Amino acid sequence: MADVALQRVGKRFGDVEAVRDLSLDIKAGEFVVLLGPTGAGKTTTLRLVAGLERPDSGTISIDGRDVTREPPAARNVAFVFQQYSLYPHLSVFDNLAFPLRAPSRRLPEAEINKRVREIAELLRISGKLDNRATRLSGGEMQRVAIGRALVRRPAIYLMDEPLSSLDAKLRADLRLELKRIQLDLGATVLYVTHDHIEAMTMASRIGVIRDGRLMQVGSPREIYESPNDLYVATRLGSPQINLIPADLVPGAAPRGAKTIGVRTEHLEITKPNGGPIGKVHRVEHLGDQNHVHIEYRGQTLVTLADPHRPLSPGQEVGLALVEPLFFDAEGRRVRLAAE
Amino acid sequence: MAEIRVENLRKAFHDFVAVQDSTFTVDDGTFFVMLGPSGCGKTTTLRMIAGLELPTSGRILLDGEDVTFRRAAERDIAFVFQLFALYPHMNVAENIGFPLKCEAMARSEIRSQVAEAAKLLRIEHLLKRKVSNLSGGDRQRVALGRAIVRRPKAFLMDEPLGALDAELRRDMSEELRDLHDRIRATTVYVTHDQLEAMSMADRIAVMNHGVVEQIGAPQDIYDLPATMFVADFVGSPPMNFIRLQGRLQPNDISVRLDGANVAVPASREASSSEELVLGVRPEHVSFSDASRIRGRVFGAEYLGTTQIVTVDTERGQIKARLPSFTQVRPGETVGLAFKSDALVVFDGATGRAMRSVLHEGARHG
Repeated sequence: MADVALQRVGKRFGDVEAVRDLSLDIKAGEFVVLLGPTGAGKTTTLRLVAGLERPDSGTISIDGRDVTREPPAARNVAFVFQQYSLYPHLSVFDNLAFPLRAPSRRLPEAEINKRVREIAELLRISGKLDNRATRLSGGEMQRVAIGRALVRRPAIYLMDEPLSSLDAKLRADLRLELKRIQLDLGATVLYVTHDHIEAMTMASRIGVIRDGRLMQVGSPREIYESPNDLYVATRLGSPQINLIPADLVPGAAPRGAKTIGVRTEHLEITKPNGGPIGKVHRVEHLGDQNHVHIEYRGQTLVTLADPHRPLSPGQEVGLALVEPLFFDAEGRRVRLAAE
Repeated sequence: MAEIRVENLRKAFHDFVAVQDSTFTVDDGTFFVMLGPSGCGKTTTLRMIAGLELPTSGRILLDGEDVTFRRAAERDIAFVFQLFALYPHMNVAENIGFPLKCEAMARSEIRSQVAEAAKLLRIEHLLKRKVSNLSGGDRQRVALGRAIVRRPKAFLMDEPLGALDAELRRDMSEELRDLHDRIRATTVYVTHDQLEAMSMADRIAVMNHGVVEQIGAPQDIYDLPATMFVADFVGSPPMNFIRLQGRLQPNDISVRLDGANVAVPASREASSSEELVLGVRPEHVSFSDASRIRGRVFGAEYLGTTQIVTVDTERGQIKARLPSFTQVRPGETVGLAFKSDALVVFDGATGRAMRSVLHEGARHG
């Protein structure tokens, strides 16, 4: 495992600047997730590290060595694609062993056998090693595809939405498994997704990317609790952060703040007590929690509440803001002096 | 406005029984959701209510009137498929007014009906626009407008939001529910998405293998699932199941687990076998050093407000939803405590929830 560094990397396709002046250090053993919508430049970044694309500017180094001009095979990286592509005529064992049998590697068969069995164990597909790859369920196939990357010991694993083709339950299981395997192996991972739950639950650090620009890099907790900018604030959290024009809550916002960002943690629902008053519009049951929609001066705020708390449509409630986030007219975070 | 009643409804396709003996009532003005995995019979049931499929046996009553063998067109019900199908060469007003034009309604009448539907959907400003230039959300609104303009007695919707991406889906489901709150037309809505069902429904019918396993208000289904299937299908992550040997008698207030007594809501019936399953929602699991139920932390998933902590125990993995400020380290040994007044005990032989004192306080049966 190794450190990987991107320095001021840029890449354009015709008129489109896919990646702009992007710098990112990934330390050995880190699980870094690039989070962004379709077209943000996250897959291009991954392909640049893999060597599948050449940058127009900037450098990429792996383990301190500049690999910017090197072909993929010389970079010692393993790539997991969104769509699993297994060899249908081979068994699960042979699919997993395939990367190790490359002529350039010359691994003894006993070593191959050992590694394949270890990885199969980790991925809980040991019982299926003799099956044809085509006789597996979708989840098993994707585990084999991930396993085929994991049998190698590359400098870094590059993963492009590897769980997105799976159903919700399996995705939740594999999220947890993948994180555990990464910790067990001490693997360095650069992982790309548009799913904020995947980013929050798996990452050591998240890089929020938009229009080819890295907006903020930090631990999931840092990004959630202390976003630098309004766009970043809207990327994590469910329900999504509420954004209220600052002039609707007189006296709440510091000078220069145009928008108040209010997460569930920042909003207390009380009995009407002379402070700001909102009206419950709708109570949505999610089971473990309710989403309460509250009208406040033409805005709708959505916040979490205990499912057995009696709140009903039409009811008036007091609203108290508890250390919300503030943003200026450009969307930059306005921090209070104490922060 | 209408009440829909389904009596002993059954549908077989050759050897395959798609729907077995369903009976339920959808009250006038209710948003009723049929929830289940693919192949559970929910769409077949909906199609029988619509008249697109004839039942093998049983009856369907619309406002007390037997419509079982009436053609779809004679039922005064609007079936909303995936909402996207619009006529690309017509503008928004023509699209919405099309069903009325087919009924040869007078032009001035059509115009006022279309205006009213557009107002309900808040798309008055779009009436003259070509549908091909509309955003995904607006196209959905127009398609809905075409369904409500006829003022049918009831709406039937089969995964109408299935083709949309997650964010738009969430917005549209909220809008659909808002629209329902404004017009209060009886709606039967089919989905496999438990979160959509929970957040939209007044009542949910959970189906599996052609059988309605439970009907109830969303919170009651979540808190008091009637079967292990329902407990597992509703909730994310789903309810934890802890298998244990033992019996439960009426008025018992605890079960034995790993040499410890775990308090449960007072039972109101006796179990039928030697195996019980304790059902615990993740938010009802907490860490407790004093507990004799021990496990090792497998991993923690940060979600912002809360985190899901997975603990390996001798009885399998148990997931806990804890506040995100709780410090958790993978590998550490923890004791687990359960919120006793929220537990459900299932009969291991039948998979059915055993009646407890909690059922006596339930708002709906």
